[in-house]
Amino acid sequence: MTFINYAAREINCKIVYYGPGLGGKTTNLKWIYGKSSPTSRGKLISLATETDRTLFFDFLPLDLGTIRGFKTRFHLYTVPGQVFYDASRKLILKGVDGVVFVADSQAARMEANAESLKNLQANLKEQGYDLAKLSYVLQLNKRDMSTAMPVEEMKRQLVIRNEPVFEAVAQNGAGVFDTLKAIARMVLVELKKTA
Amino acid sequence: MPTSDIILHEEDYLAIRDLIQRLRAEANARVVCLVDRNGQQIAAVGEVEGLDTTALASLAAGNVAATDSLARLIGERDFSALYHEGEKDNLHLSVVGGKVILLVIFGVRSSLGLVRLRVKKYTGELAVALERMQAQSKARSGKLAASPFAEITDADIDSLFGN
Repeated sequence: MTFINYAAREINCKIVYYGPGLGGKTTNLKWIYGKSSPTSRGKLISLATETDRTLFFDFLPLDLGTIRGFKTRFHLYTVPGQVFYDASRKLILKGVDGVVFVADSQAARMEANAESLKNLQANLKEQGYDLAKLSYVLQLNKRDMSTAMPVEEMKRQLVIRNEPVFEAVAQNGAGVFDTLKAIARMVLVELKKTA
Repeated sequence: MPTSDIILHEEDYLAIRDLIQRLRAEANARVVCLVDRNGQQIAAVGEVEGLDTTALASLAAGNVAATDSLARLIGERDFSALYHEGEKDNLHLSVVGGKVILLVIFGVRSSLGLVRLRVKKYTGELAVALERMQAQSKARSGKLAASPFAEITDADIDSLFGN
């Protein structure tokens, strides 16, 4: 749900990074935070456990610039990936404008990817969203791992429509901004369509 | 999509800000903030300099959403207000009209009793103002472009990304 503030000349959109536990959602946000200018980013908030696992969410507000005199601000959220945090994931999806699914490329995590994707579809549906219509990007993370599955096989298993797919190594930033730009663009194009 | 966009016009913003400014004065509070349930800040008044109100809004919404879920788990519809007590400052959170969160930060110059009383007094007025804002937004959307994005071009979006 986009928030258009005429008083502050701002438009705020919400993007959620979804995916299985330890897939690299928080790492995406940390990289974006580290590479964005301090004037365009807000504080990176991480509600994590003592062992750095996401407990509730990570949050990063980011200014992308100005369109037609309106500051475009994106609020980036991650969800906790671990299966038992499903109640928290549902809360974070409320009011979402775009979703990035961060898949773990390691062969051993393919089942977790599929389960998390199914969970995303179910949780969106519960709130009246349809993943087939929502702005959505698939990121294949950890492409540098020796056990990484072939890209084509991952696409075969995870692509649900004609969504943009990006290969990434979030730890060194590869593909992180390409993913962000793609989802931001989709959200803005959607805004244009519905305006 | 299940929820419609929120559109905040200048005059609505000024009316809301006036209400929460009066609440702040009468409650002797440091800060009063109005936040939508998804974590977007609508208005903030008071000692906000140096305060990260964007993060505050997001965390307040997360807090309220988590607490609502807890309420439902024990068979309650919701918890009408939340209170967090600090050494110097305290935080009072309540939901207005089921849609937005009213956040009050107060210190030793005030008290929980006073804040609760004043919040109760202004909750009704704020709910009315928000209803009016929503009704006007709907009425306006039929007459003029509800979004500044109606006219954007692909080139505008490209320029955002420097390509």
